Order: sequence, then C-alpha cells, then structure tokens
Amino acid sequence: MPAIEVSGLRKAYGNLEAVRGVDFAIEEGEVFGLLGPNGAGKTTTVEILEGYRRRDAGEVRVLGHDPERPGPDFRERIGVVLQQSQLWPNLTVRETHAVFAGYYRAPRDVDEVIELVGLTEKRDARAKTLSGGQKRRLDLGVALVGDPELVFLDEPTTGFDPAARRAAWEMIRSLRSLGKTVLLTTHYLDEAEQLADRVAVLRDGVIVRVGTPRELTSSDLEVEIRYRRSGEEVVLRTTEPTRVLNELTADALARGEELEALEVRRPTLEDVYLGLVEEETEA
Amino acid sequence: MRMFLHQIRTEQKLYWRSRESAVFTFIFPLMLFVLLGSVYKGRYPGAPYYDKPAPQILLAALLAYGCAMVAFAGLAITLVIRREGSLLKRLRATPLPPLTFVASLLASTLVVFGIETIALFLLGRVVYGTPFPDRIGSIAGIVVIGGICFAAMGVGLSGFVRSAEGSSAVVNLIVLPMAFLTGSFGPTLHYPHVLRVIGEVLPLKYLVDLTNAVYLHGESLWSQPKAIGILAAWGAAGLVGAFFRFRWEPREG
Repeated sequence: MPAIEVSGLRKAYGNLEAVRGVDFAIEEGEVFGLLGPNGAGKTTTVEILEGYRRRDAGEVRVLGHDPERPGPDFRERIGVVLQQSQLWPNLTVRETHAVFAGYYRAPRDVDEVIELVGLTEKRDARAKTLSGGQKRRLDLGVALVGDPELVFLDEPTTGFDPAARRAAWEMIRSLRSLGKTVLLTTHYLDEAEQLADRVAVLRDGVIVRVGTPRELTSSDLEVEIRYRRSGEEVVLRTTEPTRVLNELTADALARGEELEALEVRRPTLEDVYLGLVEEETEA
Repeated sequence: MRMFLHQIRTEQKLYWRSRESAVFTFIFPLMLFVLLGSVYKGRYPGAPYYDKPAPQILLAALLAYGCAMVAFAGLAITLVIRREGSLLKRLRATPLPPLTFVASLLASTLVVFGIETIALFLLGRVVYGTPFPDRIGSIAGIVVIGGICFAAMGVGLSGFVRSAEGSSAVVNLIVLPMAFLTGSFGPTLHYPHVLRVIGEVLPLKYLVDLTNAVYLHGESLWSQPKAIGILAAWGAAGLVGAFFRFRWEPREG
C-alpha cells in the first residue's frame, strides 16, 4: 500500500484556485519531492495531507487515513516540519524534545534524536539562542521524536547558507536510511535532485511532470547545441542531435570553417524545470 | 491524564521561565500592592462598608486585579504569541488532543493565580500586618471561578488580536482602564458618577465585589449570587468569542 495516495485533489481560496487537480502516489520508504515556484500550490497540497486544510474535491489517503477525519493513531505516525514555526524560546533543546516526546505513545530516545539532528553540543542551550540553521534542526528533531513513519518537510532549507543546507541534506538522507517516507517541498532544484527518489513539478496548481530526477532530464526533451558563428552565439534545440550535428559539421567542413565554442548539452533538471515553469509566462 | 499532567508541567515551566509574563502578570500586582499600600494609609472614607485598614481594602482589590493580569492578560498575550509563531499550528500536528491542551492551559493558569493569591496574602501579612482570610474555602472558590471566567475571556480576546507585537499593548489598553474603573486599585466611592456607571458593567467590578465580601466582610462566596452570575455571563461571552474567533494558525503572514 502506498504511504500517500492523492487523486483529483482541488482546493480554492475564494477565486484563487491553488490546487487544480493533482494526482500522485508515494511509496513507503520513498523520498518524494514536490518542486515548484512560490505560489505553485506546494504548501496547500502538503497542508491538506497533514490535515490542516479541507480539500474541495478529490481523494486523499495518508497512511490509510483520510486526513480530514483522521483516526486516533494518525498523528502518532506523522512528523511535521512547517515552513515557518518557532518553538518555545525559553526551553532548552533537550526540554523541547522531551515536551514533544511526551505527546507520543512510543517516542524515540530524546538524546538519540538530538544526536541525529546534530544538536548534542547545544542540548542545554535555550531555543532562542540557536542560529537559524540550528532552529531548523530543532524543528526536525521534534518532528522525529515521535518516531513517525512519514515525515513532511515543507521547504526545510529555505534561507540556509550553503554549509547549513548541506548539513540539512545529510540529515534528510539519514531519514531515508531509517526507512522513513518523506514528502519534501522545495523550490530549489538541486535540493530535489540531491534528495528525492522522485520529483513532481508543480506549476499553477497542477503537476506538469513526475519522475525520477533522471527520467525528467532524459525524457523527450531536446538536446541543446551551441556554437558561435562570426561572434554570435547560435543555439539549436533538437530531439535528433545526431542528424543535426552531422549536417552542421558537414556544412562547416564544406566551407572550411571551424564551429567555434561548439557544445552539446543534455538538459539539466534546472533546464527542464525552467522550461516547465516558463511555459506558464508564455501562455 | 498522563498527557494532561505532562502539559501542565510544561505550561508551568514556560510561565516561570518567561521573564516577560512572570514579571508582567505575576509581579505587577504584588508591586502595586507595595506601591499603593505605601500611599494609602489608615482608614478609607466610606464606612461602614470600607471600615477596614487601607492595606486590607487594597489587598482585596488587588486580588481581583491579579486575576485579570494572570488569567486574562497573561493568557491572551501568550496565546496570541504562540498562534502567530505557528506554535499552536505545530502542536495541532501532534497527538496532543486539543481539549487536553486547553484544559492544561486553564489548570496551569489557575495554579499561577493560586500562587499569586498566596503571595498577596503573605506580602500583606509581612509588610502591612493584614490578616489572613477567615474563609479559605471561599477564597479558593474565587480563585477557581474568577480564574475560569477571566481565562475564558482571555481566550476569547486572543482571537481578536491580530499581531503578536501588538498583543501586550492591546491587552493593557483593556486591563488598565478596567482595573481603574472597577476599583481594583482602590475603592471608587469618590469617582465621578459617569466613571462608576461604566465600571458597573465591567466584569472585574464583580470579582472585586466577591473579594470584598469574602475577605473584608467574612461572608461566604455564595452570599453573592448576582456577582457570580454576572462573572459567569462574561465568561460565557468569552467562550462565545473563543468559539468564533479562536484559530490554531497565524492570522498574519
């Protein structure tokens, strides 16, 4: 049974249709990335799955529950990192974990979780004295202390410096090795590419593409050929790079010219993503 | 039950750790007792009702003020700050049942108000030689009834305050004039008629009536059904406000 199943999900706020028919499924133990620009509907989707919002239409199953009417053990089995939240400024890292541990029937060992999120040295520091990255780790720690099967991470590294992001990535990878199912939203491509087994690109409330990061880049997308002719850059996009290259080079040879700065490039996830997101502005 | 006790312990730790709330809501009534007590000396005009030493009359009034500070002001500010910081939203995602959360918050508030009450009586005894109350049971009843009614109003009010930054200002704007108008800083006998009429409709007036009756006149709490009824009505109004306006999620941002 998939950990999460979503079909035909819709949600509007007044006249604004935030989610307009979204379908996807996440398998147990999978790290799934919801990727999209701000306002694409990522947080709305996640908050419906977490049980914060009611949907207008569609079917949703999370760990076998309908999050609108969750059974008693639903919240025992999920861990949530919100996009923004602050914990109690005057409790220490250890106390905060212990408070959350008290809400669960079978919590994990508090010190173990603190170790896992790398806050052992800060365990007796009050939350208000932590740096931004450390606070985010505290958020993750209290999300894990109940030993959830499924963890929701809503933009876990937004606003991090590069070192803090890499540290956070390590932690999220360690969740996979613990066998957790993870739903991650992000607007960073490299983050989705680094962490997710599969990625769904969300734009304007609909999923425009789903697949592994590799599948997304190797699908029907065109290969890009660039070179310079008399100082001006020429860019060709083609799904038949062999033929086009052959013609191009034959032509150049016939004229005795060199194709300056010739480059053949497969699209990166970033190109795919930007291509998908830009269609919106062109439309 | 385990979670209820766990949450009360948590709330107690949070209250006493937060210098802002502890100083503002707990110390303030004690401080006013010392300040006002050093100004008002001897006997109040207004015998026979106020035929008691001034510090004793002040103590009765500030007991009601303490309730307004701890249960109403403190709770409202705390809830707004936690809501706007998404802490309430975060708690919603845990297995802590909302009812347990609310019940433990209320119980913790009553504990603080209970300690405040004891502190006021001890301070009065030490500094001004005021007597301990004869009717301990009725005083405890005041702590519970006053605490619950004002806490309900505090929760209701929190739904109307939009920003965490503004919460303390808004709450003060309500509590300070209310305390002044209802005699929480001392009897209002010499106030202009208009101010006294305004004071008559405010809930704190009826808590002051209760503390006066029990502490100054040694009457039972139940000798004041009208005051209890009006307090309960205000408490119910607070609950209605809470029902329609309470949110787990931030109003801003």
